[in-house]
Amino acid sequence: MDLFDIIGPVMVGPSSSHTAGAARIGKITRMLLGSEPVEARIGLYGSFQKTYLGHGTDKALVGGLLGMDVDDLRLRDSLRRADEAGLRYTFYNAELRGAHPNTVILDVDGADGRHLRVEAASIGGGEIVVRSIDGLEAGFSGHENTLVITHHDTPGMIARISGELAASSLNIATMRVFRRSQGGQAMVALELDGAASQELLDRLSALKDVYHVAYLAAKEA
Amino acid sequence: MYTEIGTVAEFVEAASLCGSLGDAALAWQAEQDGCGRKALLSLMHDRLNVMRESAQAGLSPALRSVSGMVGGQAAKMAKEQSVRFGLLGKACAYALSIAEYNACMGKIVAAPTAGSCGILPGALLAAQEQDGFADSDLVLALFAAAGIGRIIALQATISGAEGGCQAECGSAAGMAAAALVQLYGGTPQAAAHACAFALMNMLGLVCGPVHGLVEVPCVYRNVGGVSQALSAAQMALCGVECPISCDQIILTMKDVGDALPPSLRETGEGGCAACHCARCE
Repeated sequence: MDLFDIIGPVMVGPSSSHTAGAARIGKITRMLLGSEPVEARIGLYGSFQKTYLGHGTDKALVGGLLGMDVDDLRLRDSLRRADEAGLRYTFYNAELRGAHPNTVILDVDGADGRHLRVEAASIGGGEIVVRSIDGLEAGFSGHENTLVITHHDTPGMIARISGELAASSLNIATMRVFRRSQGGQAMVALELDGAASQELLDRLSALKDVYHVAYLAAKEA
Repeated sequence: MYTEIGTVAEFVEAASLCGSLGDAALAWQAEQDGCGRKALLSLMHDRLNVMRESAQAGLSPALRSVSGMVGGQAAKMAKEQSVRFGLLGKACAYALSIAEYNACMGKIVAAPTAGSCGILPGALLAAQEQDGFADSDLVLALFAAAGIGRIIALQATISGAEGGCQAECGSAAGMAAAALVQLYGGTPQAAAHACAFALMNMLGLVCGPVHGLVEVPCVYRNVGGVSQALSAAQMALCGVECPISCDQIILTMKDVGDALPPSLRETGEGGCAACHCARCE
Protein backbone atom coordinates (compact mmCIF):
# COMPACT_ATOMS: atom_id res chain seq x y z
CA MET A 1 0.00 0.00 0.00
CA ASP A 2 1.46 3.35 -0.91
CA LEU A 3 0.57 6.92 0.05
CA PHE A 4 -1.48 7.49 -3.10
CA ASP A 5 -3.76 4.62 -2.10
CA ILE A 6 -4.50 6.61 1.08
CA ILE A 7 -4.93 10.02 -0.58
CA GLY A 8 -6.69 8.42 -3.54
CA PRO A 9 -7.96 7.09 -5.77
CA VAL A 10 -9.40 10.02 -7.66
CA MET A 11 -12.84 8.66 -8.40
CA VAL A 12 -16.47 9.38 -9.16
CA GLY A 13 -18.47 8.84 -5.96
CA PRO A 14 -20.19 7.82 -3.88
CA SER A 15 -18.51 4.57 -2.85
CA SER A 16 -15.04 3.19 -3.39
CA SER A 17 -16.35 -0.38 -3.21
CA HIS A 18 -19.76 0.01 -4.86
CA THR A 19 -18.83 2.58 -7.51
CA ALA A 20 -15.05 2.68 -8.16
CA GLY A 21 -14.60 -1.08 -7.65
CA ALA A 22 -17.59 -1.81 -9.88
CA ALA A 23 -16.21 0.42 -12.66
CA ARG A 24 -12.87 -1.40 -12.47
CA ILE A 25 -14.61 -4.76 -12.74
CA GLY A 26 -16.44 -3.56 -15.85
CA LYS A 27 -13.25 -2.22 -17.42
CA ILE A 28 -11.27 -5.38 -16.66
CA THR A 29 -14.08 -7.53 -18.10
CA ARG A 30 -13.91 -5.46 -21.28
CA MET A 31 -10.13 -5.98 -21.46
CA LEU A 32 -10.53 -9.71 -20.92
CA LEU A 33 -13.15 -9.86 -23.67
CA GLY A 34 -10.77 -8.12 -26.07
CA SER A 35 -13.43 -6.55 -28.30
CA GLU A 36 -16.30 -4.08 -28.05
CA PRO A 37 -19.01 -5.62 -25.83
CA VAL A 38 -22.45 -5.70 -27.48
CA GLU A 39 -24.46 -7.56 -24.86
CA ALA A 40 -24.07 -7.92 -21.09
CA ARG A 41 -26.15 -9.89 -18.60
CA ILE A 42 -25.10 -8.72 -15.17
CA GLY A 43 -25.94 -10.66 -12.01
CA LEU A 44 -25.62 -8.80 -8.72
CA TYR A 45 -25.18 -10.48 -5.38
CA GLY A 46 -25.32 -9.39 -1.72
CA SER A 47 -24.82 -5.71 -0.95
CA PHE A 48 -24.36 -5.01 -4.67
CA GLN A 49 -27.88 -6.35 -5.23
CA LYS A 50 -29.44 -4.42 -2.34
CA THR A 51 -27.88 -0.98 -2.87
CA TYR A 52 -26.82 -0.83 -6.51
CA LEU A 53 -29.22 1.92 -7.58
CA GLY A 54 -28.24 4.41 -4.87
CA HIS A 55 -24.55 3.73 -5.34
CA GLY A 56 -24.58 3.91 -9.11
CA THR A 57 -23.15 0.38 -9.23
CA ASP A 58 -25.14 -0.29 -12.40
CA LYS A 59 -23.79 2.85 -14.07
CA ALA A 60 -20.27 2.03 -12.94
CA LEU A 61 -20.35 -1.55 -14.27
CA VAL A 62 -21.78 -0.50 -17.63
CA GLY A 63 -19.40 2.49 -17.83
CA GLY A 64 -16.47 0.19 -17.16
CA LEU A 65 -17.67 -2.14 -19.92
CA LEU A 66 -17.64 0.90 -22.22
CA GLY A 67 -14.00 1.50 -21.24
CA MET A 68 -14.47 4.29 -18.69
CA ASP A 69 -12.06 4.66 -15.78
CA VAL A 70 -13.04 5.22 -12.13
CA ASP A 71 -12.52 9.00 -12.43
CA ASP A 72 -14.51 9.42 -15.65
CA LEU A 73 -17.48 11.74 -15.10
CA ARG A 74 -19.26 10.07 -18.03
CA LEU A 75 -19.94 7.21 -15.58
CA ARG A 76 -22.91 9.28 -14.43
CA ASP A 77 -24.80 8.79 -17.68
CA SER A 78 -23.18 5.61 -18.89
CA LEU A 79 -26.53 3.85 -19.33
CA ARG A 80 -27.57 6.34 -22.00
CA ARG A 81 -24.14 6.10 -23.58
CA ALA A 82 -24.49 2.31 -23.67
CA ASP A 83 -27.65 2.70 -25.73
CA GLU A 84 -25.77 4.97 -28.13
CA ALA A 85 -22.82 2.60 -28.32
CA GLY A 86 -25.06 -0.39 -29.05
CA LEU A 87 -24.35 -2.20 -25.79
CA ARG A 88 -27.48 -4.01 -24.54
CA TYR A 89 -27.46 -4.76 -20.84
CA THR A 90 -29.74 -6.41 -18.31
CA PHE A 91 -29.42 -6.76 -14.55
CA TYR A 92 -30.71 -9.65 -12.47
CA ASN A 93 -30.38 -10.92 -8.90
CA ALA A 94 -27.68 -13.59 -8.77
CA GLU A 95 -28.01 -16.43 -6.27
CA LEU A 96 -24.58 -17.43 -5.01
CA ARG A 97 -23.45 -19.43 -2.02
CA GLY A 98 -20.74 -18.11 0.30
CA ALA A 99 -19.60 -15.38 -2.09
CA HIS A 100 -18.17 -12.01 -1.00
CA PRO A 101 -21.05 -9.56 -0.34
CA ASN A 102 -20.02 -7.37 -3.27
CA THR A 103 -19.91 -9.96 -6.04
CA VAL A 104 -20.99 -9.64 -9.66
CA ILE A 105 -21.24 -12.16 -12.48
CA LEU A 106 -21.01 -10.75 -15.99
CA ASP A 107 -21.92 -12.66 -19.14
CA VAL A 108 -20.70 -10.57 -22.04
CA ASP A 109 -20.75 -11.00 -25.79
CA GLY A 110 -18.17 -9.20 -27.90
CA ALA A 111 -18.59 -7.67 -31.34
CA ASP A 112 -16.40 -10.51 -32.64
CA GLY A 113 -18.88 -13.12 -31.35
CA ARG A 114 -16.77 -14.17 -28.37
CA HIS A 115 -18.62 -14.91 -25.14
CA LEU A 116 -17.09 -14.49 -21.70
CA ARG A 117 -18.30 -15.13 -18.16
CA VAL A 118 -16.48 -13.24 -15.40
CA GLU A 119 -17.13 -13.48 -11.68
CA ALA A 120 -15.51 -10.72 -9.64
CA ALA A 121 -15.76 -9.16 -6.19
CA SER A 122 -15.16 -5.60 -5.01
CA ILE A 123 -13.32 -6.09 -1.75
CA GLY A 124 -13.04 -2.51 -0.44
CA GLY A 125 -11.23 0.76 -1.20
CA GLY A 126 -11.70 0.22 -4.93
CA GLU A 127 -9.74 -3.04 -4.79
CA ILE A 128 -11.18 -5.94 -6.76
CA VAL A 129 -10.53 -9.63 -7.36
CA VAL A 130 -11.41 -11.50 -10.54
CA ARG A 131 -12.56 -14.80 -9.06
CA SER A 132 -13.18 -16.80 -12.21
CA ILE A 133 -13.27 -16.57 -15.98
CA ASP A 134 -15.59 -18.93 -17.87
CA GLY A 135 -15.87 -20.96 -14.67
CA LEU A 136 -12.11 -21.41 -14.35
CA GLU A 137 -10.58 -20.08 -11.15
CA ALA A 138 -8.60 -16.85 -11.70
CA GLY A 139 -7.82 -14.87 -8.53
CA PHE A 140 -5.99 -11.78 -9.76
CA SER A 141 -6.39 -8.12 -8.81
CA GLY A 142 -5.43 -6.19 -11.93
CA HIS A 143 -2.66 -4.45 -9.97
CA GLU A 144 0.07 -6.23 -11.91
CA ASN A 145 0.42 -6.57 -15.65
CA THR A 146 -1.65 -9.70 -16.21
CA LEU A 147 -1.82 -12.12 -19.13
CA VAL A 148 -4.81 -14.45 -19.40
CA ILE A 149 -4.37 -17.12 -22.03
CA THR A 150 -7.05 -19.69 -22.85
CA HIS A 151 -5.77 -22.67 -24.74
CA HIS A 152 -6.27 -26.33 -25.55
CA ASP A 153 -4.90 -28.51 -22.73
CA THR A 154 -1.95 -30.15 -24.46
CA PRO A 155 1.57 -31.15 -23.28
CA GLY A 156 4.22 -28.43 -23.52
CA MET A 157 1.78 -25.53 -23.66
CA ILE A 158 3.09 -23.83 -20.51
CA ALA A 159 6.69 -24.29 -21.68
CA ARG A 160 5.92 -22.63 -25.01
CA ILE A 161 4.18 -19.71 -23.33
CA SER A 162 6.95 -19.19 -20.79
CA GLY A 163 9.50 -19.55 -23.61
CA GLU A 164 7.94 -16.59 -25.42
CA LEU A 165 8.00 -14.56 -22.20
CA ALA A 166 11.65 -15.46 -21.63
CA ALA A 167 12.46 -14.42 -25.19
CA SER A 168 11.01 -11.00 -24.31
CA SER A 169 13.03 -10.95 -21.05
CA LEU A 170 9.81 -10.80 -19.01
CA ASN A 171 9.83 -12.24 -15.51
CA ILE A 172 6.74 -14.12 -14.27
CA ALA A 173 5.67 -12.94 -10.80
CA THR A 174 2.81 -15.43 -10.33
CA MET A 175 1.26 -18.11 -12.50
CA ARG A 176 -2.00 -20.01 -12.11
CA VAL A 177 -3.02 -22.86 -14.36
CA PHE A 178 -6.53 -24.35 -14.57
CA ARG A 179 -8.38 -26.66 -16.90
CA ARG A 180 -11.88 -27.96 -17.33
CA SER A 181 -10.83 -31.50 -18.18
CA GLN A 182 -7.76 -33.31 -19.46
CA GLY A 183 -7.36 -32.41 -23.09
CA GLY A 184 -10.13 -29.79 -22.80
CA GLN A 185 -10.09 -26.01 -22.47
CA ALA A 186 -7.45 -24.68 -20.11
CA MET A 187 -6.43 -21.26 -18.89
CA VAL A 188 -3.25 -19.77 -17.58
CA ALA A 189 -3.21 -16.46 -15.71
CA LEU A 190 0.22 -14.84 -15.38
CA GLU A 191 1.19 -11.73 -13.47
CA LEU A 192 4.30 -10.15 -14.98
CA ASP A 193 7.00 -7.92 -13.51
CA GLY A 194 7.22 -5.87 -16.70
CA ALA A 195 4.94 -4.74 -19.50
CA ALA A 196 4.10 -6.99 -22.46
CA SER A 197 4.61 -5.55 -25.95
CA GLN A 198 2.06 -5.90 -28.74
CA GLU A 199 4.64 -7.93 -30.62
CA LEU A 200 4.79 -10.45 -27.74
CA LEU A 201 0.99 -10.63 -27.56
CA ASP A 202 0.90 -11.35 -31.30
CA ARG A 203 3.46 -14.13 -30.91
CA LEU A 204 1.47 -15.67 -28.05
CA SER A 205 -1.76 -15.47 -30.06
CA ALA A 206 -0.05 -17.22 -32.96
CA LEU A 207 1.02 -20.21 -30.83
CA LYS A 208 -0.59 -23.50 -31.80
CA ASP A 209 -3.55 -24.47 -29.56
CA VAL A 210 -3.92 -20.95 -28.10
CA TYR A 211 -7.55 -19.79 -28.35
CA HIS A 212 -7.33 -16.32 -26.91
CA VAL A 213 -4.85 -13.93 -25.32
CA ALA A 214 -6.06 -11.12 -23.07
CA TYR A 215 -3.70 -8.59 -21.55
CA LEU A 216 -4.44 -6.26 -18.65
CA ALA A 217 -1.91 -3.45 -18.43
CA ALA A 218 -1.78 -2.52 -14.74
CA LYS A 219 -1.86 1.20 -15.42
CA GLU A 220 -5.08 0.84 -17.41
CA ALA A 221 -6.87 -1.68 -15.17
CA MET B 1 19.09 4.03 3.30
CA TYR B 2 15.80 2.15 3.55
CA THR B 3 13.54 3.38 6.34
CA GLU B 4 10.74 1.19 7.59
CA ILE B 5 7.87 3.26 8.90
CA GLY B 6 5.30 0.98 10.48
CA THR B 7 4.30 2.97 13.57
CA VAL B 8 3.60 6.59 14.38
CA ALA B 9 6.61 6.56 16.73
CA GLU B 10 8.86 5.54 13.82
CA PHE B 11 7.20 8.14 11.61
CA VAL B 12 7.87 10.89 14.18
CA GLU B 13 11.49 9.75 14.51
CA ALA B 14 11.98 9.81 10.72
CA ALA B 15 10.38 13.26 10.65
CA SER B 16 12.72 14.62 13.31
CA LEU B 17 15.63 13.70 11.02
CA CYS B 18 14.28 15.30 7.85
CA GLY B 19 12.16 18.19 9.12
CA SER B 20 8.50 17.27 9.07
CA LEU B 21 6.11 14.33 8.78
CA GLY B 22 5.36 15.39 5.23
CA ASP B 23 9.05 15.37 4.27
CA ALA B 24 9.50 11.94 5.88
CA ALA B 25 6.48 10.51 4.07
CA LEU B 26 7.65 11.98 0.77
CA ALA B 27 11.13 10.50 1.25
CA TRP B 28 9.60 7.11 2.07
CA GLN B 29 7.43 7.12 -1.05
CA ALA B 30 10.34 8.25 -3.26
CA GLU B 31 12.37 5.35 -1.90
CA GLN B 32 9.51 2.89 -2.54
CA ASP B 33 9.02 4.01 -6.12
CA GLY B 34 12.66 4.70 -6.89
CA CYS B 35 11.66 8.02 -8.38
CA GLY B 36 12.30 11.68 -7.76
CA ARG B 37 10.41 13.81 -5.24
CA LYS B 38 9.38 16.29 -7.89
CA ALA B 39 7.14 13.78 -9.67
CA LEU B 40 5.51 12.74 -6.39
CA LEU B 41 4.91 16.36 -5.35
CA SER B 42 3.34 17.01 -8.72
CA LEU B 43 1.07 13.95 -8.42
CA MET B 44 -0.09 15.06 -4.96
CA HIS B 45 -0.64 18.58 -6.27
CA ASP B 46 -2.97 17.09 -8.91
CA ARG B 47 -4.96 15.48 -6.09
CA LEU B 48 -5.11 18.79 -4.23
CA ASN B 49 -6.54 20.36 -7.37
CA VAL B 50 -9.25 17.68 -7.60
CA MET B 51 -10.05 18.34 -3.92
CA ARG B 52 -10.41 22.05 -4.61
CA GLU B 53 -12.62 21.46 -7.65
CA SER B 54 -14.86 19.10 -5.68
CA ALA B 55 -15.20 21.65 -2.84
CA GLN B 56 -16.40 24.27 -5.32
CA ALA B 57 -18.63 21.95 -7.36
CA GLY B 58 -20.33 20.66 -4.22
CA LEU B 59 -21.57 24.16 -3.38
CA SER B 60 -24.26 24.05 -6.06
CA PRO B 61 -27.70 24.29 -4.41
CA ALA B 62 -29.18 22.17 -7.20
CA LEU B 63 -27.20 19.02 -6.33
CA ARG B 64 -29.18 15.92 -5.31
CA SER B 65 -28.02 12.38 -4.67
CA VAL B 66 -29.60 9.49 -6.56
CA SER B 67 -31.85 8.70 -3.58
CA GLY B 68 -32.63 12.39 -3.03
CA MET B 69 -31.76 12.18 0.67
CA VAL B 70 -28.77 14.57 0.49
CA GLY B 71 -27.25 17.31 -1.68
CA GLY B 72 -27.43 21.08 -1.96
CA GLN B 73 -27.05 21.73 1.77
CA ALA B 74 -23.43 22.94 1.77
CA ALA B 75 -24.56 25.92 -0.31
CA LYS B 76 -26.35 27.23 2.78
CA MET B 77 -23.17 27.07 4.87
CA ALA B 78 -20.77 28.67 2.40
CA LYS B 79 -22.44 32.07 2.03
CA GLU B 80 -20.20 34.80 3.39
CA GLN B 81 -22.77 35.91 5.98
CA SER B 82 -23.42 32.32 7.12
CA VAL B 83 -19.83 31.50 8.05
CA ARG B 84 -19.52 31.66 11.83
CA PHE B 85 -16.79 30.52 14.18
CA GLY B 86 -14.01 31.51 11.78
CA LEU B 87 -11.92 28.63 10.45
CA LEU B 88 -14.36 26.08 11.86
CA GLY B 89 -17.30 27.48 9.88
CA LYS B 90 -15.33 27.41 6.63
CA ALA B 91 -13.97 23.92 7.22
CA CYS B 92 -17.47 22.61 7.97
CA ALA B 93 -18.83 24.12 4.76
CA TYR B 94 -16.10 22.57 2.60
CA ALA B 95 -16.31 19.19 4.32
CA LEU B 96 -20.06 19.04 3.68
CA SER B 97 -19.64 20.34 0.15
CA ILE B 98 -17.15 17.63 -0.83
CA ALA B 99 -19.05 14.86 0.96
CA GLU B 100 -22.31 15.88 -0.73
CA TYR B 101 -20.59 16.10 -4.10
CA ASN B 102 -19.37 12.54 -3.57
CA ALA B 103 -22.91 11.38 -2.73
CA CYS B 104 -24.07 12.98 -6.00
CA MET B 105 -21.57 11.02 -8.12
CA GLY B 106 -19.08 13.87 -8.27
CA LYS B 107 -15.36 13.36 -8.84
CA ILE B 108 -13.51 13.32 -5.50
CA VAL B 109 -10.29 12.08 -3.92
CA ALA B 110 -10.82 9.24 -1.43
CA ALA B 111 -9.05 10.40 1.76
CA PRO B 112 -8.74 7.74 3.01
CA THR B 113 -12.15 6.55 1.72
CA ALA B 114 -14.89 8.03 -0.45
CA GLY B 115 -17.30 8.14 2.49
CA SER B 116 -14.87 10.29 4.52
CA CYS B 117 -13.55 12.33 1.59
CA GLY B 118 -14.60 15.77 2.91
CA ILE B 119 -12.66 15.93 6.17
CA LEU B 120 -8.99 16.31 5.17
CA PRO B 121 -9.55 18.69 2.23
CA GLY B 122 -12.18 20.58 4.23
CA ALA B 123 -9.61 21.33 6.92
CA LEU B 124 -6.75 22.19 4.56
CA LEU B 125 -8.69 24.32 2.06
CA ALA B 126 -10.33 26.35 4.83
CA ALA B 127 -6.92 26.88 6.48
CA GLN B 128 -5.50 28.08 3.17
CA GLU B 129 -8.40 30.44 2.59
CA GLN B 130 -8.15 31.95 6.06
CA ASP B 131 -4.41 32.02 6.64
CA GLY B 132 -2.97 32.13 3.13
CA PHE B 133 -0.83 28.99 3.03
CA ALA B 134 0.82 28.16 -0.28
CA ASP B 135 -0.26 25.13 -2.29
CA SER B 136 3.18 23.63 -1.65
CA ASP B 137 2.48 23.76 2.11
CA LEU B 138 -0.84 21.98 1.59
CA VAL B 139 0.81 19.34 -0.59
CA LEU B 140 3.36 18.54 2.13
CA ALA B 141 0.54 18.45 4.68
CA LEU B 142 -1.23 15.92 2.45
CA PHE B 143 1.91 13.75 2.52
CA ALA B 144 1.90 13.97 6.32
CA ALA B 145 -1.76 12.92 6.38
CA ALA B 146 -1.11 10.08 3.94
CA GLY B 147 1.74 8.79 6.09
CA ILE B 148 -0.53 8.74 9.14
CA GLY B 149 -3.35 7.08 7.17
CA ARG B 150 -1.05 4.38 5.87
CA ILE B 151 0.03 3.51 9.41
CA ILE B 152 -3.61 3.35 10.57
CA ALA B 153 -4.41 1.06 7.63
CA LEU B 154 -1.43 -1.16 8.49
CA GLN B 155 -2.02 -1.34 12.24
CA ALA B 156 -5.83 -1.18 12.30
CA THR B 157 -8.20 -0.51 9.41
CA ILE B 158 -9.65 2.36 7.37
CA SER B 159 -12.70 0.35 6.27
CA GLY B 160 -16.13 1.05 7.75
CA ALA B 161 -17.16 -2.53 7.01
CA GLU B 162 -14.32 -3.72 9.25
CA GLY B 163 -14.08 -1.06 11.95
CA GLY B 164 -17.17 1.16 11.77
CA CYS B 165 -17.18 4.92 11.16
CA GLN B 166 -14.34 5.47 13.64
CA ALA B 167 -12.15 3.72 11.05
CA GLU B 168 -13.29 5.97 8.19
CA CYS B 169 -14.23 9.41 9.51
CA GLY B 170 -12.11 8.80 12.63
CA SER B 171 -9.02 8.01 10.56
CA ALA B 172 -9.70 10.96 8.25
CA ALA B 173 -9.98 13.27 11.30
CA GLY B 174 -6.73 11.89 12.73
CA MET B 175 -4.99 12.45 9.40
CA ALA B 176 -6.42 15.98 9.11
CA ALA B 177 -5.44 16.86 12.68
CA ALA B 178 -1.84 15.84 12.07
CA ALA B 179 -1.79 17.70 8.75
CA LEU B 180 -3.12 20.88 10.40
CA VAL B 181 -0.46 20.78 13.12
CA GLN B 182 2.27 20.51 10.50
CA LEU B 183 0.68 23.33 8.47
CA TYR B 184 0.56 25.65 11.49
CA GLY B 185 4.18 24.97 12.43
CA GLY B 186 3.81 22.36 15.16
CA THR B 187 6.39 19.63 15.73
CA PRO B 188 6.00 16.07 14.39
CA GLN B 189 5.40 14.93 17.97
CA ALA B 190 2.62 17.51 18.37
CA ALA B 191 1.09 16.26 15.11
CA ALA B 192 1.07 12.73 16.55
CA HIS B 193 -0.69 14.04 19.67
CA ALA B 194 -3.29 15.75 17.49
CA CYS B 195 -3.95 12.54 15.58
CA ALA B 196 -4.27 10.65 18.88
CA PHE B 197 -6.77 13.20 20.22
CA ALA B 198 -8.94 13.03 17.10
CA LEU B 199 -8.96 9.23 17.05
CA MET B 200 -9.56 9.07 20.80
CA ASN B 201 -12.50 11.45 20.62
CA MET B 202 -14.13 9.50 17.79
CA LEU B 203 -13.45 6.06 19.24
CA GLY B 204 -16.45 3.76 18.98
CA LEU B 205 -18.32 5.72 16.31
CA VAL B 206 -20.53 3.21 14.50
CA CYS B 207 -21.33 2.91 10.79
CA GLY B 208 -25.08 2.71 10.13
CA PRO B 209 -25.76 4.09 6.66
CA VAL B 210 -29.47 4.64 6.03
CA HIS B 211 -30.58 2.33 3.19
CA GLY B 212 -26.94 1.21 2.96
CA LEU B 213 -26.01 4.40 1.09
CA VAL B 214 -23.07 6.80 1.58
CA GLU B 215 -25.46 9.62 2.45
CA VAL B 216 -27.05 9.72 5.93
CA PRO B 217 -25.34 10.12 8.33
CA CYS B 218 -22.12 10.02 6.26
CA VAL B 219 -22.12 13.50 4.73
CA TYR B 220 -22.85 15.11 8.13
CA ARG B 221 -20.26 12.89 9.82
CA ASN B 222 -17.71 14.59 7.58
CA VAL B 223 -18.65 17.89 9.21
CA GLY B 224 -18.35 16.29 12.63
CA GLY B 225 -14.99 14.82 11.66
CA VAL B 226 -13.50 18.11 10.52
CA SER B 227 -14.52 19.82 13.76
CA GLN B 228 -12.86 17.01 15.71
CA ALA B 229 -9.73 17.51 13.62
CA LEU B 230 -9.65 21.25 14.33
CA SER B 231 -10.16 20.87 18.08
CA ALA B 232 -7.53 18.11 18.25
CA ALA B 233 -5.02 20.24 16.32
CA GLN B 234 -5.79 23.25 18.52
CA MET B 235 -5.02 21.26 21.68
CA ALA B 236 -1.77 19.88 20.26
CA LEU B 237 -0.61 23.25 18.91
CA CYS B 238 -1.09 24.71 22.40
CA GLY B 239 1.16 22.04 23.85
CA VAL B 240 -1.53 19.76 25.27
CA GLU B 241 -0.26 16.18 25.09
CA CYS B 242 -2.51 13.18 24.67
CA PRO B 243 -2.00 10.88 27.68
CA ILE B 244 -2.34 7.81 25.43
CA SER B 245 0.15 7.43 22.59
CA CYS B 246 -1.10 7.63 19.02
CA ASP B 247 0.08 4.06 18.32
CA GLN B 248 -1.88 2.78 21.32
CA ILE B 249 -5.02 4.62 20.25
CA ILE B 250 -4.75 3.15 16.75
CA LEU B 251 -4.52 -0.39 18.17
CA THR B 252 -7.43 0.39 20.49
CA MET B 253 -9.49 1.59 17.54
CA LYS B 254 -8.87 -1.81 15.94
CA ASP B 255 -9.94 -3.62 19.12
CA VAL B 256 -13.11 -1.54 19.38
CA GLY B 257 -13.86 -2.22 15.71
CA ASP B 258 -13.45 -5.95 16.25
CA ALA B 259 -15.83 -5.75 19.22
CA LEU B 260 -18.55 -4.01 17.19
CA PRO B 261 -21.36 -6.31 16.07
CA PRO B 262 -21.77 -6.61 12.28
CA SER B 263 -24.99 -4.56 12.47
CA LEU B 264 -22.84 -1.51 13.32
CA ARG B 265 -20.28 -2.05 10.57
CA GLU B 266 -21.72 -0.76 7.29
CA THR B 267 -24.39 -3.42 6.87
CA GLY B 268 -27.14 -0.80 6.94
CA GLU B 269 -28.90 -2.67 9.75
CA GLY B 270 -27.96 -0.78 12.92
CA GLY B 271 -27.22 2.75 14.10
CA CYS B 272 -28.97 5.48 12.09
CA ALA B 273 -30.05 2.86 9.55
CA ALA B 274 -32.25 1.22 12.18
CA CYS B 275 -34.05 4.36 13.34
CA HIS B 276 -37.79 4.47 12.83
CA CYS B 277 -38.01 7.12 10.14
CA ALA B 278 -35.27 5.54 8.06
CA ARG B 279 -37.11 2.24 8.02
CA CYS B 280 -40.46 3.77 7.20
CA GLU B 281 -39.21 5.77 4.25
